[in-house]
Amino acid sequence: MTRLKADQRHSVRFTLNGKPVEAQAEPRMLLSDFLRHQLGATGTHVGCEHGVCGACTIVVDGMLTRSCLTLAAQVDGCELRTVEGLAPSADRLGVLQQAFRRNHALQCGFCTAGILMSLDHYLAKNPTPTEADIRDLLSGHICRCTGYTPIIQAALEAAAQLASPQKETSDA
Amino acid sequence: MKPPAFDYLRAETVGDVLEGLAQQGGDARVLAGGQSLMAMLNMRLAKPKLLIDIMRLNELRQIERKGDAVVIGAGVRQADLLAWPQLGETLPLVALALPWVGHVQTRSRGTICGSLAHADPSAEMPLALVALGGEVLLRSARRRRRVAARDFFAGMMLTARADDELIEGISLPVVKGSRVAFREVARRHGDFAIVACAAMKTPTGVRLAVGGVADVPTARDWPVLDGCALDDALNAFAYELVARDDVHATARYRRDLVRMIGRDLIDEVLQ
Ligand SMILES: Cc1cc2nc3c(=O)[nH]c(=O)nc-3n(C[C@@H](O)[C@H](O)[C@H](O)COP(=O)(O)OP(=O)(O)OC[C@H]3O[C@@H](n4cnc5c(N)ncnc54)[C@H](O)[C@@H]3O)c2cc1C
Ligand code: FES
Ligand code: FES
Repeated sequence: MTRLKADQRHSVRFTLNGKPVEAQAEPRMLLSDFLRHQLGATGTHVGCEHGVCGACTIVVDGMLTRSCLTLAAQVDGCELRTVEGLAPSADRLGVLQQAFRRNHALQCGFCTAGILMSLDHYLAKNPTPTEADIRDLLSGHICRCTGYTPIIQAALEAAAQLASPQKETSDA
Repeated sequence: MKPPAFDYLRAETVGDVLEGLAQQGGDARVLAGGQSLMAMLNMRLAKPKLLIDIMRLNELRQIERKGDAVVIGAGVRQADLLAWPQLGETLPLVALALPWVGHVQTRSRGTICGSLAHADPSAEMPLALVALGGEVLLRSARRRRRVAARDFFAGMMLTARADDELIEGISLPVVKGSRVAFREVARRHGDFAIVACAAMKTPTGVRLAVGGVADVPTARDWPVLDGCALDDALNAFAYELVARDDVHATARYRRDLVRMIGRDLIDEVLQ
């Protein structure tokens, strides 16, 4: 049993996109704030802080997770994936990211990190989704710019491309 | 929005949880999937002094078929139950209702028992528990007890659970071969229900359970009625639930939905 005192900072360690990280947090610190403020990983965005908008969605131990509804202390020892881990290298975009770019599936980009994490996680488990599946998944996100249609298009295109991996496309 | 300060206890045994609850009583909260509790903390609608995280306890993570019932532990997430291969055959009503609980991204973390403890009047799992006539398994350092669904929900977000009790799990009866139906009206799929109804064929007739209208999900049994008799029964039931107006719908619209969906679902299960 571990009991962390309210008024003290405690070490939190986990794996972030394959690399071990560690920083200090009070028990009440949200994971979203821990990522952004303690670790400087600002790719994960914060919109509503009550689970509704989806901007803060990441993957913890293989589970889609609202980082604003999770305490940093809860993920001690876990494996986390955030949007920073999606690109294969610093100068290349992944297949899903390229599809977003081609289809104008983002405008301001505020919702994008969360949506990419949901789709990346979902497509890995469901390689041949229908449009209805993608719409159902997107019900867990709010985008104020795109009207969702280009996001759905990008998701279906990425799924098709991932299903036939021999086809290489440029990032441009 | 930031939560108020609290101690965080990562329980490693059920004993840890019961001890924490016994010592801190009403100032302690169990932290399960966090999909309702963390939002309440962020909005400072709750100010517990201690959070007891139960999600590292493997012993609470069981889904077990026990004779004519399925027992679901406190650590079972909504997504785990949806993925359980025997769900459709043992608990077809839950299989229909569960996809309406939030979104893929909240079901991945939220638990079945957390939804019952939270007791939102529009929530689908409390409705399913009442419709099926299940039981809640409560445990404290003092005692263990089982509470029937109809006695568990005491009001809007109020239950029969005492401050020092953990919901260890729930038990849902397997109703063999019985026809069930579920329908919900919400602003968007995944939002809390404006009205949700579940119907089930019973040995003597039919049962209809309604959520989102009264402060607690409510079930009613009828013999097989037809035509006007059923319409009258549904109308009386709709009024007894004392619907209220809110930003999402008027009381009158809610009564209409109870009558119309009720009728459809009853026809469906008696077909
Ligand atoms: C965007 C969004 C949409 C949602 N839509 C819906 C919806 O349509 N329908 C719906 O029903 N729900 C919905 N929810 C809430 C649902 O996702 C939660 O999972 C559920 O209400 C609570 O379960 P939890 O495991 O997350 O519990 P927590 O949030 O961890 O806990 C909730 C409460 O229950 C108590 N508690 C939890 N487990 C136990 C236990 N074993 N013993 C004693 N007390 C316990 C906690 O102390 C707390 O008071 C939604 C949530 C979000 C964020
Ligand atoms: S910031 Fe977490 S869901 Fe909106
Ligand atoms: S791109 Fe602006 S909110 Fe989605």
